[in-house]
Amino acid sequence: MQSTKITDVTRRRFIAAGAIAGAGLAAGCWGRQRNSWMFLNENNARTLAAMCDQIIPADKFPSASEAGVLNYIDIQLTRHYRRHQKAYAEGLAHADSTSIKRFGLPLADASPNQQLEVVGAAEKNERKFFELVRNHTMEGYYGSPRHGGNRDAVSWRMVGLSEPPLLGRAQYDFTKGPRS
Amino acid sequence: MKSVNAVVVGAGAAGGIVAKELSTAGLSVVLLERGKWYTANDCRKDDLRNQRTTVLGNAFGPEDEGNPRVVVDSTGAAQVVLPSEGAYQNNAACVGGGTLSYGAQAWRYMPQDFRMKSIYGAPTGSSLEDWPISYDDLEPFYDKAEYEIGVSGDYSGTPFHGPRRRDLPMPPLPQNREFEILEPAAKRLGLHPFHIPMARNSVPYNGRGPCMRCRWCVGFACEVDAKNGSQNTVIPTALATGNCELRTECMVKEILVDERGRARGVSYFDERGHLQEQLSDVVVVSGCTVESARLLLNSTSRLFPNGIGNRYDQVGRHLQGHHYTGAVGFFDYDTYDDVGPGASIAIADYNHGTPGLCGGGMRANEFIRLPIHMVDRLPQGTPRWGAGHKQAMREYHRRNIVIMGPTQQIPSPSARVTVDASVKDKWGLPVARIEGNVHPHTFDIGDVQASRAESWLKEAGATTTARMAGRPSSVSAGQHQAGTCRMGNDPRGSVVSKDCQVHDIDNVFVIDASVHVTNGGFNPVLTIMAVAYMASDALVRGWKDSRFRS
Repeated sequence: MQSTKITDVTRRRFIAAGAIAGAGLAAGCWGRQRNSWMFLNENNARTLAAMCDQIIPADKFPSASEAGVLNYIDIQLTRHYRRHQKAYAEGLAHADSTSIKRFGLPLADASPNQQLEVVGAAEKNERKFFELVRNHTMEGYYGSPRHGGNRDAVSWRMVGLSEPPLLGRAQYDFTKGPRS
Repeated sequence: MKSVNAVVVGAGAAGGIVAKELSTAGLSVVLLERGKWYTANDCRKDDLRNQRTTVLGNAFGPEDEGNPRVVVDSTGAAQVVLPSEGAYQNNAACVGGGTLSYGAQAWRYMPQDFRMKSIYGAPTGSSLEDWPISYDDLEPFYDKAEYEIGVSGDYSGTPFHGPRRRDLPMPPLPQNREFEILEPAAKRLGLHPFHIPMARNSVPYNGRGPCMRCRWCVGFACEVDAKNGSQNTVIPTALATGNCELRTECMVKEILVDERGRARGVSYFDERGHLQEQLSDVVVVSGCTVESARLLLNSTSRLFPNGIGNRYDQVGRHLQGHHYTGAVGFFDYDTYDDVGPGASIAIADYNHGTPGLCGGGMRANEFIRLPIHMVDRLPQGTPRWGAGHKQAMREYHRRNIVIMGPTQQIPSPSARVTVDASVKDKWGLPVARIEGNVHPHTFDIGDVQASRAESWLKEAGATTTARMAGRPSSVSAGQHQAGTCRMGNDPRGSVVSKDCQVHDIDNVFVIDASVHVTNGGFNPVLTIMAVAYMASDALVRGWKDSRFRS
């Protein structure tokens, strides 16, 4: 590598490829499937979706996962919430094993009532992990769509905010001094 | 590097004003700022990453990477904390400092706020003290700040304020729905509601347009540049003189001192991390309370082994902010009108004069809430998650009013900033260590103030209310941080003179909220600005007189 002169473009490509390979390796610890998630895998993404959808279930308005909350959490787990990666990997595995122990089914395949029971148990027994998921779900659902959640600003419309806002930018040019 | 007349460390509320005043008086100035210069385009409307909601980081600095602090809570446990965590007591790190993204309430303190010890006596264990200056000394400079920075509002509804030479330069913004609901209720209670003074254009002023009343206000840079801070007023003026050079992303390491005990400039890390020296005749420290104290304490030398200004172990003590208490009320009709900035109405009836309490504080309605702010602010008994929580979000987001306010904090000498040599920042400098707690009498005041907020909401027709009066386990500083380099006449009990000159070095000044003896029952920024104008005025006079060479 050191002796080969590579152009900027190829170097960038090489680094990008390396980053993907790295993510693949990390994901490999918890599942071998190649998938479209950045941190999650197809398995624990389903578990997380089940948890998030108990925290914000569907009614007249979409559930957490329908509004893109998983997308939000997945992205942030590779950015600002990198420090929570381990907690998520372990917490989701634990939630699944609780469900299997109680109902013989992974959380995602359990009935809504069974899922509610498992999430309720997590709130009592896995307090730290539950709080992470609860808070991140709220952020993904009620926070700005720019971070991958709150699809089409659905929660903002739900609470009765006009979106996009009705207020416009100031329409006057004041750069040449005040008009008053 | 060419020596200049003055180096100003920190381009915030105070530093910007000092740079402007000195450069317009003809002094050559270098203004050093550790953060970047953001503009209106950096508003971003990001409700998870701004300067108030920081779950995804601070929008306007410092970054989480490489800027730790050590915080000791009241149980004595020390913890390394990141800038986006609440315990860090962050303000901001950027050109404009806190004034880029603040809510911009621009209050004058009351005459009584400068004479707290004389009026109330110091509670046991506190360091309550009088300022060495009075409201009357500061009044011309309050006026100057209101006109140069630009403040809108209307004091005519209240008798509770000090004498003013004239009205504010701009009328208040038209009232929002919360104002309409709360004003008659306050009057029925015999109170004196009025329009909050705000460093925000309500009409075109200073070459910039008025507020467009959006919902992204406190914590955000203003998208239309209608919020007035040092970054869009005094700093551009300073730069336009040609006498002032602003250097961003420059972190000052220490104040350099010569063999005779005079400052000869500062050393700093430039934007590429290279150590530089900037020599100057005068050094002005305006780095904000915690960081200013840290810089003085990190500036050790043979003559000042404990740091500059710290001969009597005063630097870093009396750290204070504001203990915020209040109440939330829920209504059976829409109180929300989606009109920013939201905060609009205040009362100052309770700042002084309650028997048994050393002061009080103003009460005002809260800035406009985004949905994320409501998640944990729903009526008591609402489930924290699940269908019930979601339904309550729908039901109450448009139907709540929050009344809050700063409680006059009783200073304590044990609430302090020191430096922790075992933890270094990314430049290798010892970080600030924050310890102590607020004086317990502060909580007594805060509790009474919370009930008052609740009564106002009930009178306004709230169907349910809840008081918000916590007992934080660590000192309160945050955006309202003050007090670490107290102003006073006695060098044994203070760090700077009434002109903000460090007692034992003639050519070093501390000009920012560090010098506040007490912090009033109001948001502190206009007082920071007025003190900066006043101290700059003295500095320019001293410069012309002696150049601080004794």
